[in-house]
Amino acid sequence: MSVLIFIDQVDGHVKKASLEALTFGADVAAQTGTTAEAVIIGTVNDDLVDLGKYGVKKIHQVSGNGFNQFDSQVYVNAIAQVATATGATVLVFSNNVNGKALAPRLSAKLKAGLVSGAVALPETSNGFIVKKNVFSGKAFANIAVNTAVKIIALSPNAYKTTAIDGKAEVVSFQAEAATPKVKIVSVNKASGEVPLTEAEIVVSAGRGLKGPENWGVVEELAKLLHAATACSRPVADAHWRPHNEHVGQTGIAIAPNLYIAIGISGAIQHLAGVNRSKVIVVINKDPEAPFFKAADYGIVGDAFEVMPKFIAAVKKLKGVA
Amino acid sequence: MKILVCISKTPDTTAKIAFTDNNTKFDTNGVQWIINPYDEWYALVRAIELKEADAATSIHLVTVGGADAEPIIRKALALGGDEAIRVNADSHDSFFIASQIAAIAKDGNYDLVLAGKETIDYNGSSIGGMVAELLDLPFISLATKLDVAGAQATIVREIEGGEETCEAALPLVISCQKGMAEARIPNMRGIMAARTKPLKVVEPVAAESLTSVAGFALPPAKAGVKLVDPENVDELVRLLHEEAKAI
Repeated sequence: MSVLIFIDQVDGHVKKASLEALTFGADVAAQTGTTAEAVIIGTVNDDLVDLGKYGVKKIHQVSGNGFNQFDSQVYVNAIAQVATATGATVLVFSNNVNGKALAPRLSAKLKAGLVSGAVALPETSNGFIVKKNVFSGKAFANIAVNTAVKIIALSPNAYKTTAIDGKAEVVSFQAEAATPKVKIVSVNKASGEVPLTEAEIVVSAGRGLKGPENWGVVEELAKLLHAATACSRPVADAHWRPHNEHVGQTGIAIAPNLYIAIGISGAIQHLAGVNRSKVIVVINKDPEAPFFKAADYGIVGDAFEVMPKFIAAVKKLKGVA
Repeated sequence: MKILVCISKTPDTTAKIAFTDNNTKFDTNGVQWIINPYDEWYALVRAIELKEADAATSIHLVTVGGADAEPIIRKALALGGDEAIRVNADSHDSFFIASQIAAIAKDGNYDLVLAGKETIDYNGSSIGGMVAELLDLPFISLATKLDVAGAQATIVREIEGGEETCEAALPLVISCQKGMAEARIPNMRGIMAARTKPLKVVEPVAAESLTSVAGFALPPAKAGVKLVDPENVDELVRLLHEEAKAI
């Protein structure tokens, strides 16, 4: 018996969301009296042995022809083979981009009940019940999983990683040969920037900034705080900023530690994408802006006057000139 | 090319979220129902655009739900679906729902099955992937662009921090999100035509439910905003650093 965690990687590096999944999976293993094992697909540059510090005992690595690029069918077939070989009773994914492609497929393949967007460890005193986000972050549901094998897709930024002393044993797993049917022809990624869904801090701005030429202050603050930048829907629709920066109900839903909203009124659809942020700061010149009701800290003031002061104060804190 | 679009009924984006029956049921009192935005604006409208560009020959819609889902299906027909199938079952289990859609998809021999990336109520993000597995087809998730030339599709999908372009041969299952198409509203001609378009009701096939909803909870209320003087932004940074420990 084991808890099997899928480790997601990009360009040979383990994603931060997977470290959360590893910690979570190790805690589920401790809770259910089993061992935490993991599966990773493709070749990796990171030292996998070191991932033992997140509680995983053994990592099964699947590599070879056909496993060098993401394909949900190929990946799920391989993960299912590892799950069978290790007698996995609980499988853990991050509910990130790849997790959303894999976990449902695997659920249907193994007929294993899936809870996607989980935010806490399962409650096992009476059945197996997992708390998840529903109604776009406006509520939680407790989902009972009624199958022998269970799958949990953990919400990114919902579970804190903890590091202990430990090394993982890394073994190569011989999966059946695979032929991907989906061919990736190009990748277009901003290098060196923090991906929005993984960012601890997000600096976001709305129509209050009046035009794309005024985004310098947003980018400067984001850089100082190692934050990702985001925007509201009207800003993306007006093409002031790219669509992949749009957070909200129809954009990307995020849950950073700190969300700083500049010149965003806070319509209910915007809040649906950001209300899981742990701390929310709102800067808006309209004291009646609905966003203040959802905020932890606020400044009622003109963004063009407040932002330079904000940047100067952060520089002072960080000790940069 | 025949397209099947999965349609789900969800509460309006501004609906008040509350629960009844000891927090086990969603309170539908006063709730306006809409087509799940991802199903409508992206999956369905892109299907319509493909048909308008002569890349698709027909668009069928499928929903799993009770008779109260019919106004939503009629609206989807008014936008441009050709015919609709309602599987007469009420379920909140993704596998049960996906099994119904897969059965319809298998029967109809569709080249493309499109779904929204998730519903805005249960946020499961599960139906597309499950349907693909049940049909043993490739699945491309979180697509922001879709083009079809002959039997070959080119798809742009979201990845962390960017996007990637991929190619695959039909048949395929794709989950759709923002970028796929521009939202549109039904016109009068579409609304009139939708009244007489076929809407077939079928009974569900036998399928297991793997999960059930044990209950709901609302998040704790926020303590209230702490306002800082705009002349004293240093204080905000101090609070974020010392009190919230966020920077």
